[in-house]
Amino acid sequence: MLIHPEEILETIQMVSNENLDIRTVTMGISLRDCSNPDINVLNENIYNKITTYAQDLVKTTDAVQNLYGIPIINKRISVTPIAVVAEGCDTSDLSSVAKTLDRAAEDVGVDFIGGFSALVQKGMTAGDLKLIKSIPKSLSITKKVCSSINVATTKAGINMDAVSLMGDIVKETAQRTADQGGIGCAKLVIFANAPDDNPFMAGAFHGIGEPECTINVGVSGPGVVNSAVRSLEDPTLGDISECIKKTSFKITRMGEVIGREVAKRLDANFGVLDLSLAPTPAIGDSVAAILEAMGLESCGTHGTTAALALLNDAVKKGGAMASSSVGGLSGAFIPVSEDAGMIRAVQRGSLSLDKLEAMTSVCSVGLDMIAVPGKTPASTISAIIADEMAIGMVNKKTTAVRLIPAPGKDVGDTVEFGGLLGMAPVMPVNEYSSEKFIARGGRIPAPIQALTN
Amino acid sequence: MVPSRFIITVIGIDKVGIVAGVTKVMADFHVNIVDISQTIMEDLFTMIMLAEVKEGNFDLVAFQKAMSGEGGELGVEVKVQHEDTFRFMHRI
Repeated sequence: MLIHPEEILETIQMVSNENLDIRTVTMGISLRDCSNPDINVLNENIYNKITTYAQDLVKTTDAVQNLYGIPIINKRISVTPIAVVAEGCDTSDLSSVAKTLDRAAEDVGVDFIGGFSALVQKGMTAGDLKLIKSIPKSLSITKKVCSSINVATTKAGINMDAVSLMGDIVKETAQRTADQGGIGCAKLVIFANAPDDNPFMAGAFHGIGEPECTINVGVSGPGVVNSAVRSLEDPTLGDISECIKKTSFKITRMGEVIGREVAKRLDANFGVLDLSLAPTPAIGDSVAAILEAMGLESCGTHGTTAALALLNDAVKKGGAMASSSVGGLSGAFIPVSEDAGMIRAVQRGSLSLDKLEAMTSVCSVGLDMIAVPGKTPASTISAIIADEMAIGMVNKKTTAVRLIPAPGKDVGDTVEFGGLLGMAPVMPVNEYSSEKFIARGGRIPAPIQALTN
Repeated sequence: MVPSRFIITVIGIDKVGIVAGVTKVMADFHVNIVDISQTIMEDLFTMIMLAEVKEGNFDLVAFQKAMSGEGGELGVEVKVQHEDTFRFMHRI
């Protein structure tokens, strides 16, 4: 037999017992040709375009899932940032566009649609401002729409006016979805160096330089890496790195074959393969568990940043060797509410917000799915965003903030979101004020790292 | 056209009639066995087959359903997956 039985059983084991899956197949659709000054025409154009391009997305991914026997968990759509598409609209409230996206997503059967977004790293246009101000209402009246705002890049610096504004927007979004624990904030990401082709939510949008229609695939498998590392006998850190590299190579290869097949069948361009260890609340499917498998008593203790750096780098190296199309975020995600090991670490006091911030400087995203007290001032949220943006800007990497100031909740409480979003223990923030700093506004200039030409 | 080589894995507690039951379904769907390997590891029956389908209008979903239905009756887990799943993961 061409393939050794042991290899076949290894693959079956990864899927059956270690939660290996294709986390998402995300179709990127350009809406640039949908613009119209009349918002009703714009909405009609958007609806028609999405439902035409994505009508067979779910059916096709289901067929490919059957063919290869690998579960594809989510089907999603990302669109051109709506601030660009609706720039010329003569209406100030853009929530009807969010409604349209929600309806289109519902009708084609996808799980989420991303792109209620604006790119404002250097400043805001009138259209950007309209979009940002429409976010709280839009996220409270829709189920599937995700929003992201890019407020910083290495090349442009940090737009502190936007950072300041986003503190208020996050708070208002939480308030408007207070009856569900502020779940609107779980669909809102603030970015530095946002990638144009990220298939993962809530931060997916279809970048300006992207083609008409593209398929981006997100592969996950913290459970597989966790078991592989745990099966090593008394390994050195070099052995662990090697093992993670080999495992991520295998996972990526599988994602590539599936992504290409879906793109071929839908007659779309194959964009990127994003190999990101995205944890789920399932036991063992945890990034914290991998770090603990390396020898840390509890995630968040001293040594965690180093262990995460090793993990993130090995994942990237394995992925880069396996596919020429690796892109998006590719690395390890550390969302608190979605990772049973992270939740446990917070609850037993080993993992703090400050440590999470340090960890984001060496992994692929940022402060993700973290609940903070509902009474946290908007300026403090803005300051947390500013810190995270600074890490991304200086290190030339993507960083993001997805915070939930849980309404009516305080440290010691827990917020339940359900499903893949999991549950979040409310974490304390620094009590001292950042208000004056945030109120200064303006722009933090691009760092010296930007001068590469 | 559906690509035509599949890996079929049958895993479960050993008993009389597993091979007969599973291969009967394969014959009904005109699925040919190219290679077969079978072992018993710690009482766990493990059979792996490389199977080939020549017909262009082969109904994979119906075949998968019939195979897991048969597996259910025999008390074993049956999976039918395209060979590329394994070829891509384990071969460069």
